[in-house]
Amino acid sequence: MLMKLLSGDRPASPVLTVLLLVILIGLAFAPFLFPGSKPLETAARICIFIVLVASYDLLIGYTGIVSFAHTMFFGLGAYGTALGLTLGGASFAAAGLGALCGVGLAALLALAIGLFSLRVKAIFFAMVTLAIASAFAVLVSQLSFLTGGEDGLNYKIPRELTPAFKLFAEPVLGLRIDGKVLSYYLVFGVALALFLALVRIVNSPFGRVLKAVRDNGFRAEAIGYKAVHYRTAATVLSAMMAAMAGVLLALWLRYTGPATTLSMEIMVDILLMVVIGGMGTMYGAVIGATLFILAQTYLQALMGLAEGATAGIPLLSALVAPDRWLLWLGVLFVLSVYFFPTGIVGRLRAGKAGAA
Amino acid sequence: MSETLIRPRIEARPLGERLAEKLPLLLVPLLMLGGLIVTGSPSTWATLTVAGLAMGLMIFIMASGLTLVFGLMDIINFGHGAFVAVGAFIGFTVLTWLSGWTGHPSVLMNLAAMLIAVTVTMLATGLIGYGFEKVIIKPVYGQHLKQILVTMGGMIIAQQLIHVVWGPDALHLSRPLALQGSWVIGDAAIEKYRIVAVGVGLALFVAMRHVLKHTKVGLLVRAGVENGEMVEALGYRIRRLFLVVFMVGSALAGLGGVMWGLYQETITAHMGSEIMVLVFIVVIIGGLGSVEGCFIGALLVGLLANYTAFAAPKVALVSTIGLMVVVLMWRPQGLYPVVKAK
Repeated sequence: MLMKLLSGDRPASPVLTVLLLVILIGLAFAPFLFPGSKPLETAARICIFIVLVASYDLLIGYTGIVSFAHTMFFGLGAYGTALGLTLGGASFAAAGLGALCGVGLAALLALAIGLFSLRVKAIFFAMVTLAIASAFAVLVSQLSFLTGGEDGLNYKIPRELTPAFKLFAEPVLGLRIDGKVLSYYLVFGVALALFLALVRIVNSPFGRVLKAVRDNGFRAEAIGYKAVHYRTAATVLSAMMAAMAGVLLALWLRYTGPATTLSMEIMVDILLMVVIGGMGTMYGAVIGATLFILAQTYLQALMGLAEGATAGIPLLSALVAPDRWLLWLGVLFVLSVYFFPTGIVGRLRAGKAGAA
Repeated sequence: MSETLIRPRIEARPLGERLAEKLPLLLVPLLMLGGLIVTGSPSTWATLTVAGLAMGLMIFIMASGLTLVFGLMDIINFGHGAFVAVGAFIGFTVLTWLSGWTGHPSVLMNLAAMLIAVTVTMLATGLIGYGFEKVIIKPVYGQHLKQILVTMGGMIIAQQLIHVVWGPDALHLSRPLALQGSWVIGDAAIEKYRIVAVGVGLALFVAMRHVLKHTKVGLLVRAGVENGEMVEALGYRIRRLFLVVFMVGSALAGLGGVMWGLYQETITAHMGSEIMVLVFIVVIIGGLGSVEGCFIGALLVGLLANYTAFAAPKVALVSTIGLMVVVLMWRPQGLYPVVKAK
């Protein structure tokens, strides 16, 4: 039963299994285990980013193509939902319709980009997506009558998902089950389902062909698989998944703006998560996203302490300032591409194989 | 009986084919004409055209190194923008030291300050390019995926280091006194600095073409772009050649950075990644590896961006994407494809 859910893709390392279980349990019972609003925000962000990073891994890890437009698809889903809720009022129907438009548009755009630029070479695709994604971000911030420009959109979500809504009169296990908790479980449930769907996709015959195209496109063509078709299909699928992650973000935050969805910083974050976690395994996305967001939330406080401790030394204290944490992640990123190209998950699995 | 001389006969290609090759050259005047129709007034058109040419040539300065490096070694440097930003900041520092000279009423002192700033910047970014190639790029030779990731990582690190050294705020970079203000010709006001930028860009293009077409090094570079293995087999160290091209490309990115910084008069650590979008569009339009294509692409992008910024400011960047899509539909490998799909 469990193997069926995971599509036969075992974590294949005891440490990894334990880590994944800890993350799963931590996320599943987050509202009960870690009371307060900040941990809940962090947990929801982790859920959303696991889907986002896993969908990106489908592209970079399994198909071997680098796209810089992933945040654009993420943003399309988020803005679709946000516009649905803004224009149609706070109902599930409006949110659903908006989400559908966003995801559909993301799929169409991915299809168009894929068809006209995946024929040439991977590097070309990376450049084209970078250009298109930045143009899209600029367009969104310019069309302020529709998207709210740089300020973004604030909107109401259906009442059942707001803190004002109480599911039960009595608290359960010491926790009042309000709309916020419901909303969290909506995010968690959908994220889990999407993640399992992605695991299913990469372990299907289709996923096998993707890997073949990644490892040797020429050979895959020779056996009779059209590389362009498979690459484009992977692009469209991953774009749709990213857009759905965007829908979740829009529902959770009750706000959609360029900084939370479209910015280059988010794209860099995704890249870091996927590489540090491990490319080419869906579990890498889980580990990468969790570690990264925990670090983002809590490491900066630690660096603040380090800055205080080294306040006397001019350059060093500037280097460990909390704002500079991206510097250290960048260094970690480059080092991990060189020395651990398979990321944390790859290391854990290799360690096991070496011991056996 | 006289000796019959047997010499190979090279068929002249049909006129149509030779003309079709030159077709992209026509795009620039065509676009200018289109701009004249859209703007409707010759003086506005003149201002916009000069601005567009200046912008295009500055992008060309930054993009030419990138496209050559790609053509020669099949490496695309996503961190190229970092050199642009670092160059702008170094130029800023030097010009601040020389603020006595830049504020001096004498044109000569102004130009000397500019020259020193540009030289120092190009030396510095060239050297940084040397280190970048050795440390960041060399280990991931021939692996596209890793190249993209690693050079992107290098860019993040460079941006953060700029924050550490120069602080997180945007800096104001003021032009030397002689380059401030504008000339008024007829009704058209033309900024002096833009003319200078056009001059520098054109001079660079001519010099680059000369080096590539008429010197030994240029011959080797062109041969390397065409078939690197053969050049190596003939006994030339293409690695060393590549390192030199990479350093020159980085130095040019630094020069472009200073010029762009003086053009915008504000510099931020993110300016590199912002300008990279335009640089990539230009390189794609021109055809990966082609300097001529890059030149035409840069002019097209610069002009189009300025005309649309006047006619419909909201869609300026989108219009350049549109241009890219149109060009790719016409010629999927860019205007002048040099590198055959390897």
